[in-house]
Amino acid sequence: MHEWALAEAVISTAVEFAEKTGFEHITEIEISIGELQQIEEDPFLFALEEMLKEKSKPVDKNTKITLEKENAILKCKSCKHEWDYLNALNELDEEKVESIHFVPEVSHAFIKCPKCNSPDFEITNGRGVWINNIIGK
Amino acid sequence: MDPRPGIIKERLKSIKQTIAVSGGKGGIGKSVTSTVLSLVLADAGYKTGLLDLDFCGASTQTILGAKNTFPKEENGAVPITINGVKFMSITCFTQETATPMRGTDITNAITELLAITLWGDLDFLVIDMPPGLGDTLLDTINLMKSNFLVMTTPSKTTVEIAKKHIEVLRQSNAQIIGVLENMSRGEPSASRELAEKFDIPFIGQINFDPKLEDAVGNAEKLLETRFAKEIKSRVAKTLKSL
Ligand SMILES: Nc1ncnc2c1ncn2[C@@H]1O[C@H](COP(=O)(O)OP(=O)(O)OP(=O)(O)O)[C@@H](O)[C@H]1O
Ligand SMILES: [Mg+2]
Ligand SMILES: [Zn+2]
Repeated sequence: MHEWALAEAVISTAVEFAEKTGFEHITEIEISIGELQQIEEDPFLFALEEMLKEKSKPVDKNTKITLEKENAILKCKSCKHEWDYLNALNELDEEKVESIHFVPEVSHAFIKCPKCNSPDFEITNGRGVWINNIIGK
Repeated sequence: MDPRPGIIKERLKSIKQTIAVSGGKGGIGKSVTSTVLSLVLADAGYKTGLLDLDFCGASTQTILGAKNTFPKEENGAVPITINGVKFMSITCFTQETATPMRGTDITNAITELLAITLWGDLDFLVIDMPPGLGDTLLDTINLMKSNFLVMTTPSKTTVEIAKKHIEVLRQSNAQIIGVLENMSRGEPSASRELAEKFDIPFIGQINFDPKLEDAVGNAEKLLETRFAKEIKSRVAKTLKSL
């Protein structure tokens, strides 16, 4: 459950953002979660809500969290082929998926371009946790 | 917006001192020095961690002889302890598999590791740095407040590269602990002159230890080497007096 650690990162970034922008209250944090990291949505959301309950302004229990999933797209640097991580996911054993869950770049050890077999690919989309927007007043 | 940098300070706040073993040149003993230094500090009773940031040439796990290093997943990644040293490396996740990475991947992986690793209270976090002035060095300077131990050898090319290394550290306002010469031949040292030129401490010389290779892969044996004794008397002492 290292979703907790990432949730803490989101909250502290939102607080820092409020300090910088002068927002008194953050009303909404829009987060996208990239498929590559295989974040478990429920525990992640639970962690965020638990933390918000304990906080007072600029973030508190009234801060709304929205989560949106993003497909993970990989692009081969050698032959330019693009593919969806979900296609590769079926072929990976649990331990490898777990490793990528901790550090998505570890995928370079376990995934190869399905066209040319190169390990030199770029994660163009859907790597991990990203804050799309912080709304406040 | 990347949420991860926002939590790194919090993750590192219970670490009293971070020591990045660098130097610029490849193959000069950064990995054996950082690994043995962490073992020596742990052996002396200090709470110590070892972080391998040389993703493309990770070797501290081989030097330690570490197996089954996958961290425990709690409210983050809790490092496994090996001979008293909390250990974190990309190899904890990739095991024996090669992991080619480009610059952005390296930055992302460093950021991720720093954001999720729960080190707890540490007296020392020792970092094994890759050679070069690339992404890892710049990220280490930007993401964490490290003190750099600049390694050299008696070779002219090594000293020349170390000089550039020091220049970059200086321009970035990074703290430098001092210059440490490895594989010394006991002659008057260009490394000492380098340290004097930049007005940074010359920590001393470490001799070539023909028995070191034999101890690689065995932490207890490593602690018994002359190399370890020299690291202890030169480096560990300097750190304590800081
Ligand atoms: N003082 C020494 N005595 C004997 N052998 C040494 C000594 N210092 C380093 N070595 C050996 O030299 C080799 C290179 O050392 P090491 O891998 O630590 O260098 P490095 O600077 O980390 O290299 P890289 O830049 O590739 O990461 C290793 O085989 C190591 O055991
Ligand atoms: Mg090395
Ligand atoms: Zn390809």
